[in-house]
Amino acid sequence: MSVSQAIAINKPPPQARGWPRARIVGYALVGVWILFGLGIVAYLVHAWNAEFFARYAPAYLQGLGTTLSLVAISMVTGAILSLPVAYGRMSKNKILSGLAYCYVYFFRGTPLLVQTYLVYYGVGSFRPQLETVGLWWFFREAFYCGVFAFSLNTAAYQAEILRGAIESVPRGQWEGAASLGLHKLQTLRKVIMPQAFIVALRPYGNELILMIKASAIVAIITVYDLMGNAKLAYAKSFDIQAYIWVAIVYLLMVEILRHGVEWIERRITIHLKR
Amino acid sequence: MPAQSIWTLLSWGPDGWSDDIASGVLVTIALALATLPIGLVIGFFVAFAKQSQEPSLRLAANIYTTVFRGLPELVTLFLFFFGMPLLLQYVVRLFEPEAAVDVNSFFAGMIVLSLIFSSYASEVFLSAFRAIPNGQYEGGYAIGLSKWQTMRLVILPQLLRIAFPGLENCWLSLLKDTSLVSVVNLAETLRNAGVAARVTKHSFLFYSVAALVFLVLAILSSIATGYILRSLGRREAR
Repeated sequence: MSVSQAIAINKPPPQARGWPRARIVGYALVGVWILFGLGIVAYLVHAWNAEFFARYAPAYLQGLGTTLSLVAISMVTGAILSLPVAYGRMSKNKILSGLAYCYVYFFRGTPLLVQTYLVYYGVGSFRPQLETVGLWWFFREAFYCGVFAFSLNTAAYQAEILRGAIESVPRGQWEGAASLGLHKLQTLRKVIMPQAFIVALRPYGNELILMIKASAIVAIITVYDLMGNAKLAYAKSFDIQAYIWVAIVYLLMVEILRHGVEWIERRITIHLKR
Repeated sequence: MPAQSIWTLLSWGPDGWSDDIASGVLVTIALALATLPIGLVIGFFVAFAKQSQEPSLRLAANIYTTVFRGLPELVTLFLFFFGMPLLLQYVVRLFEPEAAVDVNSFFAGMIVLSLIFSSYASEVFLSAFRAIPNGQYEGGYAIGLSKWQTMRLVILPQLLRIAFPGLENCWLSLLKDTSLVSVVNLAETLRNAGVAARVTKHSFLFYSVAALVFLVLAILSSIATGYILRSLGRREAR
């Protein structure tokens, strides 16, 4: 008799699949979710209105485009702005790091809605001064104001992500590169960044998701993004499906992004798997 | 009307707006504090379900966090604020055909914020659950504690200590999210500052005041949490 057979004989009996309390509660909760989902589907079928769809679907698509371009522009501008801020945060110069700290603290400590209002209504109240400087065309448009506020906001968050990622790389990597004769910029580009990117990917993905979710608030300053069009559709039709559809679209976007980031993370850490 | 100086506008009383903004600040704090316990309890139970061995329980909890972390806060708020009355009205009219239902914006804000807060807090609790070794449960059972006693006396004190920094972040974002409820006409800080801005045409001033209020609230909460964290740390050292 081989060893494996001996072990097989001594296996404990399989646990009885009864109905412990956890399973009853779990099935009940899943049942509630299924009912909830079916309820929404039933409502959407029941409230199906071809006219509503024909009228607002193009507007929703356009709004989706506005949302995506707002997020894309803000993310890129924020990434560029975050470089000096992250540099300031890591600098040994007290004044520089103090300034960067204040910037980050302000934008992370106050609601994005307040910041957006501050740009759109607050800066907008300096109209004569802005006109003399020739910047009024920029702050007149709600979309540009949104982009401005969002870029400043995400720059603060991205600076922290960047700083965290760079500081997560051990000091020995810097010293090793220095001893090989690489100068600081080369070290950063060839040694530090590839390692920091792995750490930073997930936070960057989360920041992108947060930005997409937060972008809904530009609807309040009269930008017709996805949410703005939903608000308009609801105001005209008083039909709650205006918000249900928009919720589904946002949920889909966020889920696709989340799984995309997870997929990329699996790909770039493949060499770390044992 | 003569041009008012900034100090008159910011004074306390009929000419100034400080009293209005202060009452808004109280509403903001009340909303955040009312949400906190509900969100913590729901978040704890969702995390508890997520680390359970029962797949159906895990599935239900995961759907919960996926939905409420995936939806923009504003969409959730509008769905509840406009959708809840419809649903309630439908139910109530089964019994009383003439009834009209309206949802209070404080109440709607509280529900929505606790849903969002709890789905983020559940992730924090979940990682804290995973940081507690199995031996702690086994030790608890070995000295004859029941499941509930083990949870309350052995696991929970450690869990809270591990989860605290993460929960602090959740609290700070809850504080910021309360400003969103201003769009459904709750007279909190931002709403009152906005009214002041519209009436006096000093938008920049009043929105800066609102920003300052949120900044001060954040600073006060980090002082408070720092204090709590130190006392938690002391208890561990003993």
